[in-house]
Amino acid sequence: MKLRILALLTLITMIPALYMIFLYAPTEATQGHAQRIFYIHVPLAVIGAYGSALLLFIGSLGFLITRNFKWDRFGACAAEMGVVFTSAQLLTAMMWAKPIWGTWYTFDSRGTLQVILLLIFISYFMLRSYLPDREKRAKLCGVFGLLGMVNVPINYLSIYLFRTQHPQAVVSPGGGGVDPEMATTLLVSFIAVTVLYIYVLVRRLTIAKVEEEVDYLTQVVLAHE
Amino acid sequence: MKPFAAILFKDIVIEMRSKESIGSMLMFGILVLVIFMFAFDSTGIDKSLLGPGELWVAFSFAAILGLNRSLSMEIDNDCLQGLLLAPLTRGELYLAKVASNFTFMIIAEFIVLPVFFVLNNLSFDQRFLGIAGISVVGTLGIAAVGTILSTISANTRMKEVMLPILQIPLTVPVVIAAVEATSQILNNDDPEISAWLTILAGFSIVYLTVSYLVFEFAVEE
Repeated sequence: MKLRILALLTLITMIPALYMIFLYAPTEATQGHAQRIFYIHVPLAVIGAYGSALLLFIGSLGFLITRNFKWDRFGACAAEMGVVFTSAQLLTAMMWAKPIWGTWYTFDSRGTLQVILLLIFISYFMLRSYLPDREKRAKLCGVFGLLGMVNVPINYLSIYLFRTQHPQAVVSPGGGGVDPEMATTLLVSFIAVTVLYIYVLVRRLTIAKVEEEVDYLTQVVLAHE
Repeated sequence: MKPFAAILFKDIVIEMRSKESIGSMLMFGILVLVIFMFAFDSTGIDKSLLGPGELWVAFSFAAILGLNRSLSMEIDNDCLQGLLLAPLTRGELYLAKVASNFTFMIIAEFIVLPVFFVLNNLSFDQRFLGIAGISVVGTLGIAAVGTILSTISANTRMKEVMLPILQIPLTVPVVIAAVEATSQILNNDDPEISAWLTILAGFSIVYLTVSYLVFEFAVEE
């Protein structure tokens, strides 16, 4: 039931968001239609990438403190969402950067941070898959998740310092004053992506729980044979 | 502090007898520098621009080699059990391991560094001292995060493969800050490195503290 409501909510918010992005929001003067990707790119970055980082941090810390496997599942699902949303966000960044900057990717501060965040999420997964024992996996992944997410602010600081020492040839989208219609579109898009994120996360958590039960039952059956 | 010193001493004695860790790090570091020489020598690119990156690629990859040894050596013969029985907290055990890893890395780096200066035709003046200083701070950061990650990776099925995958993304701030500081020293008469040193020191402090607190979970059976 909860899932149905969330799915419906996603549909209800996503349609107006798409309408507003493509039809309602005015075309930007210098960048043209390419700028429209910004409405989907920013929520993906904030909710998808940083949100997942925060949730993974909470999940890791939660497991280390309480030793409840619920938190381990939560962290793993958050990291999975992180991989998907950060990749999607990097793809939208590339689609935007090719016509506007003339290059698919450039090592500016935010982009570099996202790539490294994605790498940390992926290495978290590789670690999970190389640890067969459930308890050990939860503990070690908890430690790594914590260490990885502590890294994010330091990383941001170093990359930011690294890039601002060079002249910035980059115009960041939405810098300065934003048209009120654009602001509304961004807000609606933010809500849509947040609801989508919550829906997928809740769905994934349910599946993760079933997976664990199946694992447990398989072991019970194997033990009886 | 007695068990701390005992663990450090034990590691140093083992290393003095086997010379495996320092020897492999040293050889690997020099090989990386030589390969970079082959790759870039004929291009005519200014060596002081390439140098800092070259040096830190050598340092950070060589460090992984040493770190891989450090914990798998304990796990192979169940020595870790003995260490866990020693009268010191898990956090102190972590600090002792960081100290021994740091010592071996810095010895290897201080031999690689002059080779780097010779290969790049640099003169041994205060720049050498400056880069040596940065190596000390940067290596402390790498050892701090590397020691706990090598404990994690030693528990997995593919130990040697796992450590670089876990470590390289986490040491990005160290590499950026160290490369930038080194390049300031090599290319500027009046280098501005205080911001980079702050990041390096901050990184080390943060990771030493966090790892000190969570090391217990990484070694628990």
